[in-house]
Amino acid sequence: MPEGLAATHDHPSHPALQHHFENMEQQREAGTLGMWVFLVTEIMFFGGMFLAYTLYRFEYPAAFVSASNHLDIKLGAINTAVLIVSSFTMATAVYSTQVGRQRTTIICLILTMILGATFLGIKGIEYHDKYNDHLIPGQLIPSRPFAPEVAKPGDTDPHKLHLIEGATVQNVQLFYWIYFAMTGMHALHMIIGLGIMTVILIMAWRGKFSPEYHAPVEISGLYWHFVDIIWIFLFPLLYLLGRHLEGHG
Amino acid sequence: MQSWLPVPESASTLSGDVDALYFYIWGVTIFFTLLISVVVIFFVIRYRRRNPFEIPRPIEGSHKLETLWSVIPLLIAITFFVWGAKLYFAQYKPAQNAIEVYVVGKQWMWKFQHATGQREINELHVPVGRKVKLIMTTEDVIHDVFVPAFRIKADVVAGKYTTEWFEATKPGTYNFFCAEYCGMNHSGMRGYVVVMEPTEYENWLSGNAGQTSPAAAGRNLFESLGCISCHGANAEGGRGPALLGVYGSKVVLNNNSSVTADEGYIRESILNPQAKLVTGFGPIMPSFQGQISEEQLLDVVAYIKSLSTTKPEQATAKPAPSATPSTGAKPSATPK
Amino acid sequence: MEEFEIPKQPGSNYLNAEYGLKSWLLTKDHKRIALLYLGAISFFFFIGSLYAMAIRLELLTPQGDLMQSSTYNKTFTQHGIIMVFFFLIPSIPATLGNFLIPMMIGAKDLAFPRINLLSWYIYMIGGVITIYALLAGGVDTGWTFYVPYSTTFSNSYVIATGLGIFINGFSSILTGLNFIVTIHTMRAPGMTWFRMPLFVWAHYATSLIMILGTPVVAITILLVALERLAHIGIFDPAAGGDPVLFQHLFWFYSHPAVYIMVLPAMGVVSELIANFSRKNIFGYKFVAFSSLAIAVLGFLVWGHHLFVASQSVYAGMIFSFLSFTVAIPSAIKVFNWTATLYKGSISYDTPMLYGLGFIGLFTIGGLTGMFLASLATDVHLSDTYFVVAHFHYIMVGGTLLAYLGGLHYWWPKISGRMYPEGWGRFSALIVFVGFNLTFSPQFLLGYMGMPRRYHTYPAELVSWQVLHVLSTAGASILGVGLMIPLVYLAWSLRYGRIAEANPWHLPGLEWQTASPPPTENFLTTPIVTHEAYEFAPPEHKEVVGKFERQQPAET
Repeated sequence: MPEGLAATHDHPSHPALQHHFENMEQQREAGTLGMWVFLVTEIMFFGGMFLAYTLYRFEYPAAFVSASNHLDIKLGAINTAVLIVSSFTMATAVYSTQVGRQRTTIICLILTMILGATFLGIKGIEYHDKYNDHLIPGQLIPSRPFAPEVAKPGDTDPHKLHLIEGATVQNVQLFYWIYFAMTGMHALHMIIGLGIMTVILIMAWRGKFSPEYHAPVEISGLYWHFVDIIWIFLFPLLYLLGRHLEGHG
Repeated sequence: MQSWLPVPESASTLSGDVDALYFYIWGVTIFFTLLISVVVIFFVIRYRRRNPFEIPRPIEGSHKLETLWSVIPLLIAITFFVWGAKLYFAQYKPAQNAIEVYVVGKQWMWKFQHATGQREINELHVPVGRKVKLIMTTEDVIHDVFVPAFRIKADVVAGKYTTEWFEATKPGTYNFFCAEYCGMNHSGMRGYVVVMEPTEYENWLSGNAGQTSPAAAGRNLFESLGCISCHGANAEGGRGPALLGVYGSKVVLNNNSSVTADEGYIRESILNPQAKLVTGFGPIMPSFQGQISEEQLLDVVAYIKSLSTTKPEQATAKPAPSATPSTGAKPSATPK
Repeated sequence: MEEFEIPKQPGSNYLNAEYGLKSWLLTKDHKRIALLYLGAISFFFFIGSLYAMAIRLELLTPQGDLMQSSTYNKTFTQHGIIMVFFFLIPSIPATLGNFLIPMMIGAKDLAFPRINLLSWYIYMIGGVITIYALLAGGVDTGWTFYVPYSTTFSNSYVIATGLGIFINGFSSILTGLNFIVTIHTMRAPGMTWFRMPLFVWAHYATSLIMILGTPVVAITILLVALERLAHIGIFDPAAGGDPVLFQHLFWFYSHPAVYIMVLPAMGVVSELIANFSRKNIFGYKFVAFSSLAIAVLGFLVWGHHLFVASQSVYAGMIFSFLSFTVAIPSAIKVFNWTATLYKGSISYDTPMLYGLGFIGLFTIGGLTGMFLASLATDVHLSDTYFVVAHFHYIMVGGTLLAYLGGLHYWWPKISGRMYPEGWGRFSALIVFVGFNLTFSPQFLLGYMGMPRRYHTYPAELVSWQVLHVLSTAGASILGVGLMIPLVYLAWSLRYGRIAEANPWHLPGLEWQTASPPPTENFLTTPIVTHEAYEFAPPEHKEVVGKFERQQPAET
């Protein structure tokens, strides 16, 4: 298939223009819209889990508060900050591509990736803590079924599960199931994001982008911001709601 | 209903109403299907292509017609909706003064337990002309009790009680089916509802007497499971709340909200006691999840219900009326 | 149509531009990908039909003497899974939609050709995993995967099948995404939204459902698989979960999925009715917007599957009312198609016979839905053969007929050959008769109380057996009716008459290029100056009768 066969007569065709688009503008528009549509499906994908969260939260408020209190709010908050900064570096990467500053783009992309990896590292520490406390739901890890130690009144051991009145271990498990499903799915998106960033970084390194052609950076940026936003919802829902009842913990 | 019509026997107070709605919708369906078919066939013949080169005159459309054929179907649909919803309320409205039968579905059989103690499998004997309320649950997957002749159907869902009721209008033997796919022998999970004349029914009851009533069985469980140590030997209360007269009353919870103590609440309080604590009581009761079968659970529920002679609407908890629960469980309703 | 240049000889087209297996398996051409899909879904349709025949044969007798209960349960489950997820959902969009949407809007391809190919591979991977599950031992949960049966009690290959469906879902999502972006950004100059053929509008609405609904069922099925694997309990009442939540999530997608199946069919029928009566569609905008209305309302009615599933009475009322509102846009379409025929020039070609058949069957299918939207009748009818009959009228009488009609209609464009007209009309008639005989007795069976998914039924109910025998007889006729096109379409690939560029003499853009089209669809980007279905120029509006037809390709 001859490249650029379809380019309209007035514009010289850009090497990145795919044959079936009329011009770069159309190609960029299609790419951007495609990412937006994809993000809509992502919202629906997470939406099923948000619905489950909402239902069970109202059904078992005490258990959800108890389980939420066991999460490490400091690590969660640090991770939130990490992601917000990474959104900033990502936005800077997009901007510097648009104005043609290749070096800044590369630095910002690397920073974004480091922050993303930091997030995953911290998440890993959190998961490991939960593993230690026997909080992995069901028999997700068959050798380590869900079996947290419940704290007696007065016991302040942070590794034990502090149940407030009305909470049952069984319903705490439901919380952890939703917690792992949602944060796990989010982490998977982060990993995919890092993969995308690697590709974009290599392309930027090779000087593929210019003020005329920067759609891939923009579109990847959209994805990255979206994943950050999901976390911005997850953090308060999973870590913060019900903190005011911490006195019991 | 005449036998030549392709409808099942009509044998409950509501089945005729359902049939009427059914035939009404069929009337509309047939009318519109014929209307569309006749018009289409007429056009197809009348305006068939007579000449390979003919180009008909374009017609844009008409807002008047569009409005007409949006509004008319909407109005007709609203009649379906109103009629259907009204009847649905009648079908699902909790039945008062009904004979209560506990139903437990299990892959692949149905167990019925009468308040008077009779237990049946895949067969249910009921009198004609009396409301019968089925209180249903399952030991495993979702099932569904469907009696075509009564036009009733309700899923039987694990973890909760669902109900349905009917009032048979003529004696006979009617098929019932499990209507929610439940695994290998789903189609074998069926049986018969035997509707009898009241005297015949009384004979059947006395002929099958001698079995422990659910409430009495529940009383025994109440002792053997150790409920008495907190709720009191006669359920008068202690470290746990009193259960006398609790059924049907409003219970104030420790978060100051209140619930009506129906079968579902009693069930939840046994399986998940911490979920809705009665105000003034601590979370000291252990869960009986996994230690008590669905049938036993129904027995205990029946026992606790028998401690209350009040109807569900009356919100007062009366002092213990009687310490002989088995008699308290007898339906106090009278036939119409 | 002066502005379109049509290649004079059928020299290079998309079929002979490249040769070899690799040129097909690595193609990015939407037309070739459509054919890959055509092959794959035909295969799955064949498998699904075999299961259907097995079901019908088993029900000839009440005793269940052909196979074991467990085998029967797997048979209807696999019939449902294959037909719904691997035939009906991709049927029209992935084949006809893929082939025609770019051509109808004057584009060279879909916006993302590689993603288009990827979606076919995803479909195939999902399909292979599902077929593996079937061969390994099958699955017996019903296509609805109701918990807790699917999570705890079934001893069959639930996880593998679920994984197959989960993966397959992404193929739908990507197809929908591609269509939406293509329709938004790739329209040729002059192709305004209201000049688009209704086929494109219908696919736009379908794509909205695909991208909004599919992710929800994907996550739901994934949760079922995980729950089964790890015994966690989000749907398990013993662990505090709620089995009815599964039903809500499942039907939130699976009811709109019905519209994924039927909206493209409505799009095809709009094309057939307008083009074969040489009329612009009556009330174009109403038909276009009714597609969107169906897509939107379709998301608000899932609760009508739960009228007897312990949902609250008030929720039931709301869902019942909303369900009735979906009837209005559907009725609008039927009335507008009928009005389009008025004073048309109606030909009796095979595609039109399918289109007319669709109107009748869809009317019945839609109206019988009223029995199920109406609360009191649904209590009696849900989970009976009435439901089975109703949705087969929509899916087989609707989608399959439209699919066959569309396939015949665009066959000359796709293959460059004409199918044999006589055989086409004959088989259309057989399919119509066979279909009605198969499914109309099931309405009666349902009201008489025959539950669905029943392997055996009481032998004393003779009338039930009579109706089952009629239904099986009809299914045999239907089976024969479906075999005939398979044979003659294959035959026509080699022996059919060579098709002209525009054998039906139609104004649609897809006909203004060679048959089969060149790889890039149009030699120069078309500039659109006409409304859709404009057979006569606007100034002829008042003139009845003949005017000189522009011969698209001089011979």
